[in-house]
Amino acid sequence: MSTTTSVDLVDYDDAVARFDPVIGIEVHVELGTRTKMFDGAEQSFGEQPNTQITPVSLGLPGALPAVNGTAVEYAIRIGLALNCSIAESCRFARKNYFYPDVPKNFQTSQYDEPIAHDGWVDVELEDGTTFRVEIERAHMEEDAGKNTHVGGSTGRIHGAEYSLVDYNRAGVPLVEIVTRPITGAGERAPEVARAYVQTLRDLFRALGVSEARMERGNVRADVNVSLRPTPESALGTRTETKNVNSFRSVERAVRYEISRQAAVLDGGGTVVQETRHWHEDTGSTTSGRVKSDAEDYRYFPEPDLVPIVPDPAWVEEIRASLPELPAARRRRLQGEWGYADAEMRDVVNAGAVELIEATVAAGASPAAARKWWMGELARTAKQQEVELAELPITPAQIGALQQLVDSGRINDKLARQVLEGVLAGEGDPEQVVVARGLEVVSDDGPLLEAIDAALAAQPDIAEKIRGGNLGPVGAIIGAVMKATRGQADAGRVRELVLERVQG
Amino acid sequence: MSTLSRDEVARVAALARIDLTPGELDRLAGELDVIVESVARVSEVATPDVPATSHPLPLTNVFRADEPVAPLDRDEVLAQAPAAQDGKFLVPQILGEEA
Repeated sequence: MSTTTSVDLVDYDDAVARFDPVIGIEVHVELGTRTKMFDGAEQSFGEQPNTQITPVSLGLPGALPAVNGTAVEYAIRIGLALNCSIAESCRFARKNYFYPDVPKNFQTSQYDEPIAHDGWVDVELEDGTTFRVEIERAHMEEDAGKNTHVGGSTGRIHGAEYSLVDYNRAGVPLVEIVTRPITGAGERAPEVARAYVQTLRDLFRALGVSEARMERGNVRADVNVSLRPTPESALGTRTETKNVNSFRSVERAVRYEISRQAAVLDGGGTVVQETRHWHEDTGSTTSGRVKSDAEDYRYFPEPDLVPIVPDPAWVEEIRASLPELPAARRRRLQGEWGYADAEMRDVVNAGAVELIEATVAAGASPAAARKWWMGELARTAKQQEVELAELPITPAQIGALQQLVDSGRINDKLARQVLEGVLAGEGDPEQVVVARGLEVVSDDGPLLEAIDAALAAQPDIAEKIRGGNLGPVGAIIGAVMKATRGQADAGRVRELVLERVQG
Repeated sequence: MSTLSRDEVARVAALARIDLTPGELDRLAGELDVIVESVARVSEVATPDVPATSHPLPLTNVFRADEPVAPLDRDEVLAQAPAAQDGKFLVPQILGEEA
């Protein structure tokens, strides 16, 4: 339910000038194991509803869970990458509540004994500075099924006549990562929140524990925000905005809550500790439910699963097998590519590291790869309001395009037309060159014809050149390029003009 | 001395979605109290050198290989549900909380 009733908001700059924001973030990541957390039902995105279910997924009477060892390994990997201590011993717990997407009437989670705890991760901000976020814990649990609300006009729960439930996702392994209160970010709290979630996403991918696709809900964030008068004051009352599922939304949600809570406090009110819902369309949050009795989950140790006591040797083996993590990798690539700090930062912020890496692997120089992705393609992506990686062009195609330029078959100007063709779905660069007839005219015949025409059209310039004044040659070259629709090699045209005039 | 009040029993019953009559509440409050007191007596006996335990079995690290098993047949499963539509379970209107 998206309300349009007016909500008082304090101008953001004003709010952070007078209040100190404190945030806390819970990130859920779906692990990319083949099967679910506690049963052998296969898990993959986009399957027909209720085709990946077993008695355990459905919570049928008598069904017994069994822990997926690979999921435990992935959880430990995440814990280690976040500089956490791995628990000597931990166990699962039942979180009891009733909701149709939780068929057992409890979620199997970890409560007082998470598998990983007390870590930190350094988050790089847009200006290149680093902010350390402390991790309280990372624990294992399972995802819920998916409800679809039917009836009513909005597809949301209010006004729905009934709901349809798909249990394919029920039991998919999750790791939930909880930060300690993030203080000291001040006005940059929204940016820190976004950069943190982005850092985790990159980490999950690097660790190979999840595809970590935000748009598929592989990574979901709950954002806690509170305000206090000064950094020395006690923590204020927080709100928790649930299921904020894009980097941009994380930033916006924090920003919105800061403005909203500031207005509440300015008005002499108190912030209510509650769950709030994020509305992408309006960029606002609305009140969900107040923390109450209904939130008494009556956790107790899961009797059907025995404790996990990770063998220290196993943990060290996992630690030794961790891949190069994103921050280290970025530093290495920057060195290899010879980019300046600011250049590398732009590349990172544009989400172009992988794209450039693949383009270089496809044969382009690092400078050329950066020129394409951060230039023409970045502009196109911006115009179309999509991410670079979403453009319908591959690093291999950019590599092939650059090779066409390097070999002299096309020039930079033609290359842009080829790019346009590839983006328009006309095929690989080679196909576009052939289909559009974009090759550089290397035959002197047509060039000489165009040069003669240009000289005839501008006799005064021809006279100057003959007189030894080479300044105006550019005008002739320009006319020839125009006549050949850019398909001439400017250097060759220059040579020919001089031969023609002076020879 | 009663350690478990009738109100507490009513609250827990509500959380567990168990509908109890006033008579049942009275009876259960008394019965549960006996259980709670019995457990409390065990705590008195336990000395600090007896660690708390949640699992009586001397087992840890029971893991399953990450290998798929055959799923249930969807049609067969849905045939046993009170209602289904489009390959999904159909449940009554969900109230009181926004998804």
